[in-house]
Amino acid sequence: MKASEISVGQTFEKVVVEDLKRTQLVMYSGASGDYNPLHTDDLYCKEAAGYPGVFAHGMLTMGMTGTLVTDLFGAENVRKYGVRFTNQVWPGDTLTATATVQEIREEDGQAIAEIGIETKNQDGKTVVLGSATGLLEG
Amino acid sequence: MSDEKTVTFPVEGTHVMMFARSIGDYNPAYHDPGAGEGNPMGAQVAPPTFPQAVAQFDPDYPLRIKDGEAWFGSGGTPSGVEGTPATSGGLHAEQHFEYTRPVRPGDVLTARYSQGETWEKESRRAGKLTFTERLVDYYDQDGNHVCRARGVGVRTERPVDQE
Repeated sequence: MKASEISVGQTFEKVVVEDLKRTQLVMYSGASGDYNPLHTDDLYCKEAAGYPGVFAHGMLTMGMTGTLVTDLFGAENVRKYGVRFTNQVWPGDTLTATATVQEIREEDGQAIAEIGIETKNQDGKTVVLGSATGLLEG
Repeated sequence: MSDEKTVTFPVEGTHVMMFARSIGDYNPAYHDPGAGEGNPMGAQVAPPTFPQAVAQFDPDYPLRIKDGEAWFGSGGTPSGVEGTPATSGGLHAEQHFEYTRPVRPGDVLTARYSQGETWEKESRRAGKLTFTERLVDYYDQDGNHVCRARGVGVRTERPVDQE
């Protein structure tokens, strides 16, 4: 992303997952090493833990949302990325992430952008809320 | 705030590929070591949330089946442990990453863990909430800082009510 191509207030939107599959929760468990049965084990969730079923790792939602951040900046240009998890994400959810350019500045001759990040589910409920900072290309 | 422990985390290309797929990112920069040429992302690089996969290398990580230890997930019964199910690790409330430079395959990272603040809050949907902050600083094989991860975990008094 180039400094000359963006402006404060501009927004970018991406559907980061459509109809989230249980298999993707299994893939994330295997790759991340977080094998909490809350994310893969329906029987455990319903009969031992008191949840209606498996739900996504917060870090999976952050990771999927992060694909918008890396689409914009390129992974190697991301300097900060942080979120709060505000609601659980369930199989079948479709998530849309929105990035809003909040600030463009220069530090030591390097252009930097700060963006606000919000991801909502198909019911318009916010599931993660955060921000990211990245280097812009010249 | 003293160092609690350190974990060595060798970053491998295949692991980065699996992680990128699992978050639904099929950018060739994550799985093709030759993608550097003509790719704006340059050589193979790890997604920003990848440092969390240090869990794979943490010998004490609680959310993985360990040899000879009871596992709280289901087998023949809903949970492999008796009594109150261990919602081990609790839920994740916040996560922040701050990079000095990107993580790339070939890096051998040293993760240094330290404990941050702890605080409590009452909530309508899950009773008393206990928040715990944990910091992990990642250094490379030359001792240079790569990334700081700040996580906030929350233990709930009861499962979160569904609205």
